[in-house]
Amino acid sequence: MSKQFQFKLVLLGESAVGKSSLVLRFVKDQFDDYRESTIGAAFLTQTVTLEDGTSVKFEIWDTAGQERYKSLAPMYYRNANCAVVVYDITQSASLEKARSWIRELQRQADPSIIIALCGNKSDLAARRQVSEEEARKYAEEEGLMWGETSAKSGEGVTEIFTEIAKKLPKNAPAAGRGGPGRTGAGARSGVDLNKQANAQGEQNEQCNC
Amino acid sequence: MDEEYDVIVLGTGLTECVLSGLLSVEGKKVLHMDRNDYYGGDSASLNLTQLYRKFRPDLSPPAELGRDRDYAVDLIPKFIIASGELTKILVHTDVTRYLEFKQIAGSFVYRDGKISKVPSNEVEALKSPLMGLFEKRRAKKFFEFLQGWKDEDPATHQGLDLDKDTMQTVYNKFGLEPGTQDFIGHAMALYLTDDYKTKPARPTYERIVLYTSSMARYGKSPYIYPLYGLGELPQSFARLSAIYGGTYMLDKAIDEIVTDADGKFIGVRSGNETVKAKQVVGDPSYFGAGKQTDGKVRVVEEGKVVRAICILKHPIPGTEDSDSAQVIIPQNQVGRKNDIYIACVSSTHNVCAKEVYIAIVSTIVETDKPELEINPGLQLLGTIHDKFVSISSLYTPTAPGTDDNIFITRSYDATSHFETVVEDVHDVWQRVVGKDLVLKKREDIEAQA
Repeated sequence: MSKQFQFKLVLLGESAVGKSSLVLRFVKDQFDDYRESTIGAAFLTQTVTLEDGTSVKFEIWDTAGQERYKSLAPMYYRNANCAVVVYDITQSASLEKARSWIRELQRQADPSIIIALCGNKSDLAARRQVSEEEARKYAEEEGLMWGETSAKSGEGVTEIFTEIAKKLPKNAPAAGRGGPGRTGAGARSGVDLNKQANAQGEQNEQCNC
Repeated sequence: MDEEYDVIVLGTGLTECVLSGLLSVEGKKVLHMDRNDYYGGDSASLNLTQLYRKFRPDLSPPAELGRDRDYAVDLIPKFIIASGELTKILVHTDVTRYLEFKQIAGSFVYRDGKISKVPSNEVEALKSPLMGLFEKRRAKKFFEFLQGWKDEDPATHQGLDLDKDTMQTVYNKFGLEPGTQDFIGHAMALYLTDDYKTKPARPTYERIVLYTSSMARYGKSPYIYPLYGLGELPQSFARLSAIYGGTYMLDKAIDEIVTDADGKFIGVRSGNETVKAKQVVGDPSYFGAGKQTDGKVRVVEEGKVVRAICILKHPIPGTEDSDSAQVIIPQNQVGRKNDIYIACVSSTHNVCAKEVYIAIVSTIVETDKPELEINPGLQLLGTIHDKFVSISSLYTPTAPGTDDNIFITRSYDATSHFETVVEDVHDVWQRVVGKDLVLKKREDIEAQA
């Protein structure tokens, strides 16, 4: 059996740059033009299979709107293996915001975190305010991955997640327990509340992924 | 901030965050604010910088304690009792997916000058120095009686009525010695005083059942604890709230609770902005904290708790080098009315640097020298590397809030777990929503959506 790894991925970026749409495209290959601010979309997972057969499962944390008033909890950054920081190529201010999120990550997250800077809404290139050169140069300076995407058309979406999957270190224990993320109830080192609930005859799934 | 909300929640302590999460799941439009720039209010876990800012604002943390980010020091000493109500809420709301738990390694009780482990199984019970041989037999009969009790089967009652007979009567029936009564009432039923003995036995019976079933659940102790500190609990419920549309604002000054001519809630003022909502829920610190605000006393002080956060470089002596422990000093043992508790966690729980142990000694204040009252607890700790002492008032609301739409939660009490916090959640929910809180599984909720 080929190796499996699991990593926690957090999304960051200004409101309305398309963070949730990007994930929706990646996870469900859907797009909704009139998507409301994130409600209920809590916790999504998607697996990428690399050329060598290794599968990388992303446990994706959306901000759930808590970024709006700078109220993201430390829990959000905790044990994140990778982050996708999104800006809108048609709004130059959103790149400024992305820069401040990257500084925040460098301050709060684990130093080994892999950060990808992602210019979304590439389908709206006619209204572009952020040039590819500018964003790429900044990413290179900061040692970040970079790519442009369109959650609407799907362009570049799988590519950026696959690139992250390739770059993540595969030296952690295999089989569903990659990074120190917090899913995979059965694989935890600590106690599992859900499992115990089962023992008491309550209805519950083994794995909450 | 020009929108109108169903409920504004003030303070991000655990009680408020659980309520906020459940209200959002229920479909209420919630705005949740906190004056601090961190989550958790009085139930937060702080890093060293935050800890010093709170207790020693003129000093910075010493470098020898290690990295700031390795610390998550709890402000209140509580553990989660494994089979308790908080566990149920954690499982039902599925916030367990944001959390990881570890056991507390042992529960200990102080008796005649030394610490002994509260037995976690029959083998330990037989070896325990807490009881002599004959007393062990009597205690065995007592526990068999509790285990066998069935309300509908009088044959299991042995002539006792849990709703009428006092706990003292039950102890006497089995001939249990005072020391054993101390152990059962304080280390298992977790009563802080001896008042329970003169009351009907049922609540004590229920507490012992909770304790033993929690003990049986994971083995070493009845308690579990979230990695990275108790402050993870409010954060996880805040996330639940946000996922269901709750809006979060930290670091926001709350300047006034705005009411109409009849005293009914209108909104909350911050600077020159006022946000309107139908109802407000908040912790006592936002409602005068015992003092008059806007012509009203909304909360009163019920008592005080003294807590000493102690930084140790070793496990608590006599606890078998446990990485975490609860130590109970029953009041009778040290001539007090209220028990003294010690709660200890360590780097095993990702709350401090390696080789560091954080022990919190606490009790309900009985005299005008509270710091001296915790001495019997401090003396059990060995060398105390550093100590942060606080005295907190316990506030309770003066009105149910149903008349003015102002619903105030209670302060975190001196009990060792979160059961009273969950009681408060149920109580406030009932008053805010007008019906009992029924927990739904999140899968069911999502299936409906």
